[in-house]
Amino acid sequence: MRLLVNAVAGLIFGLGLLISGMANPAKVQNFLDPAGTFDPSLIFVMLGAIAVTFAGYRLVLRPPRPILAERFLLPTLKEIDARVILGPAIFGIGWGLAGFCPGPAITSLPLLAKGTLVFVPAMLAGILLARLLVQARIPAGQASSSESSGA
Amino acid sequence: MEITQFTPLASTIGGALIGVAAVMLMAFSGRIAGISGILGRLLPPYAGADPGGAVLFVLGLMAAPLLYAAVTGTSFAQTVSGNASLMAVAGLLVGFGTAYGGGCTSGHGVCGLARLSLRSLVATSVFMATAFATVFVMRHVVGG
Repeated sequence: MRLLVNAVAGLIFGLGLLISGMANPAKVQNFLDPAGTFDPSLIFVMLGAIAVTFAGYRLVLRPPRPILAERFLLPTLKEIDARVILGPAIFGIGWGLAGFCPGPAITSLPLLAKGTLVFVPAMLAGILLARLLVQARIPAGQASSSESSGA
Repeated sequence: MEITQFTPLASTIGGALIGVAAVMLMAFSGRIAGISGILGRLLPPYAGADPGGAVLFVLGLMAAPLLYAAVTGTSFAQTVSGNASLMAVAGLLVGFGTAYGGGCTSGHGVCGLARLSLRSLVATSVFMATAFATVFVMRHVVGG
């Protein structure tokens, strides 16, 4: 059941990425180009997604635990540290270069564009690299709490 | 540069669907719908990561363009750069940056902002800023 929920959520998420245009790197890069071929559509994607999530979270976070799991796994880190500046700064450069962030890249895999087939393995390698770096710096045992903050 | 249509309605509907999926995942599994985090759960170590759930979510994501094509009768139209070295570097930066910074567009940008997290607001502002700057440099300084 929990697996089915994950599959359906993934499917709805993917359809959202397609219908919104977020899965088209050209559209994303045009959003990021107000000095050129600007396409403000992605503001509407963000607003639609945040509005529904904001309202929905209010509702579903009220019970003491989720329907199919023991507890809510909410990010616990609140501190504004170097990681939350450096990581996103690096991510933004890659996002601008390719027009892909993680979700759209994965959703695009079955469309088999050559660029996607190069991007996704490189992205997974990047995730592994960051994990190795973080684990090397955080003593064993503490690593899990910062990992669970992964959003 | 290819011009894309301004699609406020479709984009709002698509965004709302992303929100529905995020709320669903929280209601049932108690987890944030952050794709970089979900991808991270596919990779070891698996302690408490529910890799099975992550695999199914990713399969759902990948089923979306197939369902889209079946319903609309046309394949989803996208323009992806075919420059392999550019895409390899970009992929590395996206993977490293999201894993190091604890989130991406969905985790920080949607779920984090919806939870009014200051940390996610900082993260989102930073990746938006460097993304805008990167496209500006790429299109108006270097290229053109």
